[in-house]
Amino acid sequence: MSLADLTIAEAAKGLRRGAFGARELVDAVLERAAKTEAELHAYLTIDHEGAREAAARADEELASGVDRGPLHGIPVALKDNLCTEGLETTCASQILAGYHPPYDATAVRKLREAGAVPVGKTNLDEFAMGSSTENSAYGPTRNPWDTDRVPGGSSGGSAAAVAAGSALGALGSDTGGSIRQPAALCGLVGMKPTYGLVSRYGLVAFASSLDQIGPITRTVEDAILLLEAIAGHDPADATSWAGDLPDFRSELGRGVEGLRIGIVEELSGDGYEPAVSAAVDAMVSSLEAEGARVQEVSLPTFDVALSAYYLIAPAEASANLARFDGVRYGLRVPGATTEEMMARTRAEGFGPEVIRRILLGTYALSAGYYDAFYGQAHRVRTLITRDFARAYEQVDVLVSPTSPTVAFPVGARTEDPLAMYLSDICTIPSNLAGHPAISIPIGLDPAGLPIGFQVMAPALSEPLLFRVAAEVERLARFDARPEVVTP
Amino acid sequence: MPIDIDISHVARLARLALDDEQLERYRRQLGVILEHAARVQALDTEGVEPTGHPLGFTNAFRDDQVRPSLERDVVLAEAPDHRDGYFVVPPALEGP
Repeated sequence: MSLADLTIAEAAKGLRRGAFGARELVDAVLERAAKTEAELHAYLTIDHEGAREAAARADEELASGVDRGPLHGIPVALKDNLCTEGLETTCASQILAGYHPPYDATAVRKLREAGAVPVGKTNLDEFAMGSSTENSAYGPTRNPWDTDRVPGGSSGGSAAAVAAGSALGALGSDTGGSIRQPAALCGLVGMKPTYGLVSRYGLVAFASSLDQIGPITRTVEDAILLLEAIAGHDPADATSWAGDLPDFRSELGRGVEGLRIGIVEELSGDGYEPAVSAAVDAMVSSLEAEGARVQEVSLPTFDVALSAYYLIAPAEASANLARFDGVRYGLRVPGATTEEMMARTRAEGFGPEVIRRILLGTYALSAGYYDAFYGQAHRVRTLITRDFARAYEQVDVLVSPTSPTVAFPVGARTEDPLAMYLSDICTIPSNLAGHPAISIPIGLDPAGLPIGFQVMAPALSEPLLFRVAAEVERLARFDARPEVVTP
Repeated sequence: MPIDIDISHVARLARLALDDEQLERYRRQLGVILEHAARVQALDTEGVEPTGHPLGFTNAFRDDQVRPSLERDVVLAEAPDHRDGYFVVPPALEGP
């Protein structure tokens, strides 16, 4: 087994035992990337030099007794919509080609302070808009489990890197499922924290009221380790949570006996692959056998969550992406006037999905339509949050598939935007409510493709979420790895 | 029924210089997506307050202190065109 296949927790132990150094660890990861990248394209930029330097520094510090904690010397991947000082950050868009941010995102800075070793910047759907990582201006990422299939998205590069062993863990961002869905499709743990738990400063904004940074890892324990490093209030993000942080480990090991688990009625039935439904049902039975009290719960407004999302997210995106105009950074296409220069720059710099969403959002915000679309979507958002609140009077957590399907073939949904949007049907409600949710791998379908199980919990209930997730992980005993990794 | 959109107007508002063929394609696609999105209109939201911040935050305050910001030269280094510490753009108005 290569060092690249260790979990973060295992690697942290090995580093302290002196079994290997951070330099060996990062070399194993870079070697894995060299072997797999031509096929997978998980990364847009690999920072060989920076990674080796950071690893050497970690070795020196650890040798001299300076221990920054469990991430010290751990190679991690960063989604390329997280600003990294001096390291190209493109959001997988032509409009930001060659952009070198003058500062680190807060989450990136915190990882560096924890001694983590950033390996590089991972591919995504342009500006995080998509569910397959096919909307990248620099070409798609492939799923390590089957390279004819997508890794999910938009954090598909981060998921593919962790699945392939070209990073031990990664950060993604989740606006409508962009961490959880690719994690599910790549056999990994993916977690979206409560809105505001992690600072969004330096995360290139897509939909500000929905975006949240979170971990993609091989285990629940590793997800906790990453979240512990990046969570916390940040004066630079006025929407970040200023109260006390929950102790993410406080409920671990308590099992699920007596816990009330709700199966979301609206997230099953037509459109859900039989293998996905069967695996989810089997996990629910296992939880029940462990003493959980399981019941079906109806959240009727989930049926319109996707519709509300596809008004709110594009509306916010159309405002956020107005800053890309060829004036201060990134691409400029010449024009006779400022306005012509801007309109040409934007038409050439943005890809089709981004243009589609900017147009959609601009329309939804325009005079005469604002209240019927955007205003109404925000009132529906309130109704969805109320549905959650009612459900949490009856149960402690909610469960569902993470995605209705396993990884789909490359190209299968690119011509039908609406079909692509349906990939996020299970994950969107948690973003609209601002609640935490996690995907845990629970098995493979008959073709050998991973299936994810989603657990949702009320705002700031991460301790409960991780407790249930750890139990799901223990019961699933999922230890399969993609073939690209096995010798 | 797909919703009909004045796509040229929307593209102009969004500062996107699209050709006729692109406009027509986006008009059709947006019609289909908006038809789905319009489902939100079926819900009775009489008296329902819209969600602002998902956790109900309103204002966040911090002390108004002078702090260092990014160096001007560092920021300008990323600009497509700059001169004497300013961003440079083509004329904002067309000539006489």
